Amino acid sequence: MTQSSATPVSQDEFAPLQRQQQQHRLVRPSRTYWQDAWLRLKTNTRALVSLYLVMALAFFTLVGPLLWTVDPNSQDVDQISQPPGADRRAMVVPAFTAWEGALPADSAADGLQVLGPATTQSVRLHWEVMPGAAAYRLYRTLFPVGEERAFGLPLIDFPGEQQTWYEDRLDLRARTYYYSLVELDENNQPGERFQTLAVPVQRVVTRNEVAERNLLAAAEFETLQAGDEVLLTWHPLGTDYLGRDMLARLMAGARVSLFIGVVAPALFVLFGVLYGSMAGFVGGRADQVLMRFADFVVALPFLLFMILFQVVFGIGPGESGIVPMLIALVVLSWPATARLVRGQIMQIRQEAYISAARLLGGSRIYLILRHMIPNTMGVILVTLTFAVPSAIFTEAFLSFIGMGVAPPAASWGSMCNEGLKTMLTHPHELIFPALLISITVLAFNLLGDGLRDALDARMRNSE
Amino acid sequence: MAAYLFKRLLQGVITVWFIATATFFAMHNVPGDPLSDQRAVSPAIRANLEARYGLDRPVHEQYLIYMGNMLKGDFGISFTQQNREVNDIIREHFPVSATLGILAITFAALGGILWGALTALYRNRLPDTVIMLLVILGISVPSFVFAALGQLALVNLNAFTGVSLLPVAGWGSISHMLLPALVLGLGTMAYLTRLMRSSMLEIINSDYVRTARAKGLPPARIFARHQLRNAILPVITVLGPAIAAITTGGFVVELVFAIPGLGRYFVQAVQQLDYTVIMGTTVFYGAFLVFMVILVDLLYSWIDPRVRLQ
Repeated sequence: MTQSSATPVSQDEFAPLQRQQQQHRLVRPSRTYWQDAWLRLKTNTRALVSLYLVMALAFFTLVGPLLWTVDPNSQDVDQISQPPGADRRAMVVPAFTAWEGALPADSAADGLQVLGPATTQSVRLHWEVMPGAAAYRLYRTLFPVGEERAFGLPLIDFPGEQQTWYEDRLDLRARTYYYSLVELDENNQPGERFQTLAVPVQRVVTRNEVAERNLLAAAEFETLQAGDEVLLTWHPLGTDYLGRDMLARLMAGARVSLFIGVVAPALFVLFGVLYGSMAGFVGGRADQVLMRFADFVVALPFLLFMILFQVVFGIGPGESGIVPMLIALVVLSWPATARLVRGQIMQIRQEAYISAARLLGGSRIYLILRHMIPNTMGVILVTLTFAVPSAIFTEAFLSFIGMGVAPPAASWGSMCNEGLKTMLTHPHELIFPALLISITVLAFNLLGDGLRDALDARMRNSE
Repeated sequence: MAAYLFKRLLQGVITVWFIATATFFAMHNVPGDPLSDQRAVSPAIRANLEARYGLDRPVHEQYLIYMGNMLKGDFGISFTQQNREVNDIIREHFPVSATLGILAITFAALGGILWGALTALYRNRLPDTVIMLLVILGISVPSFVFAALGQLALVNLNAFTGVSLLPVAGWGSISHMLLPALVLGLGTMAYLTRLMRSSMLEIINSDYVRTARAKGLPPARIFARHQLRNAILPVITVLGPAIAAITTGGFVVELVFAIPGLGRYFVQAVQQLDYTVIMGTTVFYGAFLVFMVILVDLLYSWIDPRVRLQ
């Protein structure tokens, strides 16, 4: 601003400007409601990240099973409850032959001892007679036997001094077991004396098993002999307590969880919109009756009735229990949306543009389709987004207490339930499904927050 | 006031009646019946048993008997534990659930109010960011996952320190209650924090707070007298749903922590299809929740005189 310049202004500085056809205008481009909302959503980092997360989840659910084609129900009995990245090596051994308890010539009887290699096929134990013991009991545990004499699982009782050997073939895994031999008195009560032995067990497979499980190509299989090492099937996220592939199960579970999480809200929001807009548009006594009924459904304790529904429908053999849950969710959840939409419609009905449209001769259908529904769309969308996480929560809750999908069908909630039982020894079986539930719910919650801010018409043009 | 109370109570009674009726007919339509056991029962014995339990009468008569018994407060005898009445089960196990629930809701309400007020006062600064991040986590993680992870953490902590700081499961002393109650209240706490924050933000910018400040009142007094008291109101309105959430959330928490509460009993009954227990506890829980909501509404009008009951 050079206002205070003292130089005199000459006449020819006042030349008329050329008349311009197109004047420079400081006007922002005209945008529709949805374009505007999208622009606002794009500036919200959290909402964008959650949108990418939702897309990633959709990819995981829909495309994942095409890329990772392992059957979620097939069991890998060699690898049960294996954490991700577990050792997959196994030694090839000859087929199993029973042992008669004979002590090989080169080894002397010497307390509790292991004879031959301890493998997942069998562990051969031999011991000496304890003088004076009425009977023995053999125990096995996963942890060292401490002073509190935590022997673990009793395998077998031996009367008297007749037998001094045992071949353990009970569900052996590649890990260290602690065997204990405890003397029993005449009343079969454990006595003071015991011997304990740590036995590291090696994982083995037979040649036939290698062939059955397609672990090697045909050419390699030809040259396979006992003592060779093979790699067992790869499970990127480990296996569960029945040896089923976690990744495949998580994908199968995602289908169930997200199906319920998306379809149920879509259905009950749709029903709620129809119900609410009818009540709001008709008004009067009909509205009162309709809303009184909605209030009544709201007053029912939600989860109790969900459980009751599941009990009543029952889950027959071969059914997954998804459909009853879907129906129950829809029947119990619609009133919130109905109330919301009714309120919106009542509000919009008073707006001047509705009167204007009616004055111009717009029909009822036209008013509803062109003005009412598009103007409530934002609210409906936000409700829908927030309904997804609560539906996923409900599904997970029901499956967790065993009232959701029936085995062998997987859902994230039922996987959590199964994982809980082995939580202390194999936490991955609980953590993966729990993580997926949490991420999904988090993503939809954040997306809902972002959408609510973006679609709020009062925020429009506020930047 | 009296008329309002009467109306609400009447509505509550109707709702409970509906719950009882729905439960009766729902249970009646469950495939199978209590006498279809693995053991083959001869038709004569079966007829006798049906007569003994009134199962040979028409449905409406059974319904009347059932409702009559329920009005007398008799829920029948458990199917799986035939020496126990459902009343005994409720009487014995509900106090445990109630203790846990009261502790959890205290945790949730105090924590929610405190954290919410804190985040509003420190808006967009570090405490706000950190707490709101935790709140989003609290809303997104199911209670059974919190329960399981809390237990896992406690096991590792106990193993690490070598002493049993807190028991991992079970029931008895106050130390048994702490972790389950915290876990149970966590989701509600997160929700209440969010609510408290937004209501507090609204209050901070209100005229009467500015007036109070202009009068020269000390900030602590403004916080306690003007901000906190008014900001708490919306938190109280959602206490009803929060009680419902904590009650049903108790089902899984009791299951995970092996707490002998009514919630765990209910889940077990559902899994074992113990019909009388399911019916009894459903009606009991339903009535409890319905009347808790009414109680919260009354409490609200008592705390906020601007709310007129009608």
